[in-house]
Amino acid sequence: MKTFTPEIDWNNVVISIKDLYKSFGNNHVLRGVDLELHKGENIVVLGRSGTGKSVLIKIISGLLRQDEGTVNVLGQDVAALSPQDLRALRLKVGFCFQHGALYDSMTVGQNLAFPLQRNEPGMSAEQRNKLVDIVLDAVGLSHTIDQMPAELSGGQRKRIGIGRTLILRPEIMLYDEPTAGLDPITCTEINNLINEVQRRFHTSSIIITHDLTCAKVTGDNIAVMKEGKFIRQGKFDDVFADNDELIKEFYDYNFIQ
Amino acid sequence: MQQMDPNEQTEKPLISKGLDAFFIGVYDIFRFISRFFKEVLLPPFEIRELIRQCFQVGYKSLALISLTGFITGLVFTKQSRPSLAEFGATSWLPSLISIAVIRALAPLVTALICAGKVGSSIGAELASMKVTEQIDAMEVSAINPFKYLVVTRVLACTICLPLLMSYTAVVGLMGSYLDVHLNEQTSMVAFFQKAFESISFLDLGSSFVKATVFGFTIGIVSAYQGYNASQGTQGVGKAANISVVISMFLIFIEEIVIVQIVNSIR
Repeated sequence: MKTFTPEIDWNNVVISIKDLYKSFGNNHVLRGVDLELHKGENIVVLGRSGTGKSVLIKIISGLLRQDEGTVNVLGQDVAALSPQDLRALRLKVGFCFQHGALYDSMTVGQNLAFPLQRNEPGMSAEQRNKLVDIVLDAVGLSHTIDQMPAELSGGQRKRIGIGRTLILRPEIMLYDEPTAGLDPITCTEINNLINEVQRRFHTSSIIITHDLTCAKVTGDNIAVMKEGKFIRQGKFDDVFADNDELIKEFYDYNFIQ
Repeated sequence: MQQMDPNEQTEKPLISKGLDAFFIGVYDIFRFISRFFKEVLLPPFEIRELIRQCFQVGYKSLALISLTGFITGLVFTKQSRPSLAEFGATSWLPSLISIAVIRALAPLVTALICAGKVGSSIGAELASMKVTEQIDAMEVSAINPFKYLVVTRVLACTICLPLLMSYTAVVGLMGSYLDVHLNEQTSMVAFFQKAFESISFLDLGSSFVKATVFGFTIGIVSAYQGYNASQGTQGVGKAANISVVISMFLIFIEEIVIVQIVNSIR
């Protein structure tokens, strides 16, 4: 559970998705998705594998393009942006990949410094190193600065991945399955880190997961996805209160029950 | 991914499934090449990464190129001697070898070695980055992965191949000289004087053009295969393999075309 009350501005919508459709050939992945993320809010998108959760955040970050519908991020229509404007928007939208997606050929320190080198060429090496130290401290992995990604555990890779995203100080964080494949203790550490990021950096987040514990601990609101659309949205306890057939199968597979 | 709805109709191909895929593939390759030419001219220029890639492509290939070039020159001389000796024309060996090495062997041997060593490495590296989402990670960090990964590698191949080709030619002629010296006691000065008498600027120029074209081919084919890899670890192996096969195939086609053009100029 959160040990703080998040400062959510309910009048400020940072991501607005309307009637979103996406297909790959005849595979209709998203079938009319509507979602609003408010400033400071953490929304957890819950759903089984293959329901289109990751596709949703890839469309938000501009990695994929929707077939129909609109995605508005920080007041900008993502699909209508020029490559330069999209790049500028991406500095404000951080994306944490399921397996960390750390650059294999770079050390942890270089992984964190790389986005800064590219996007802030005027920054001195000293300033850059200082920021790397701050972020590594924030994710609790200062001692790994000279290690290669191959030497890290799964949980450490995810935390460094979150750190690499944080270093550009984004306003929005998109987490793709942050606790998938981790042991329960590491899951708890990652959940706490997500909450800490929200508290300390005042980010708004969409967290993609099929882990109910993660959803309950990190989400201010949750949205349950089934067959390419949201079947329930609201507070965790409200969504799961009636335990109806639509979400029961999903609920049964988690320890939290 | 979600299961297909059995009631949905499958999309019908325009011509046939295979031909559709072929034309889409060709269109994709042309788009990839045109993007390369667009990105290579636009700042920012990734000079440090380009130098690093030149080191990988050029310097790290030197040992293999040295061995192959030297043996090629040596063996070609050994194989040519008996035929020339029949006519008492072993003194023509330096001229014959230099023409063969400069016009054909050096560019071709260098390109084939690099297609195997560099092409597979670029294909596998980029494919591995693709399937582990490292390329997507660059994209979402507002970094242009095409410029950083593709442009630098293709340019490095295009720059380094002519340099490596020159080196192969020198090493190949040294291998040839060793054999000629041991059999005919020819001095190094006399050998190279005779060798270079037979070489024209057209020979040198055409070899440099060939090596540049081969380098570009290896770079662009391998980068395309790696950058568009799919299907997990299987895709990495496939990208490395196809990079080498297609590069080698195109190198031979280009060799024929360039030789025809040069001969028509000659």
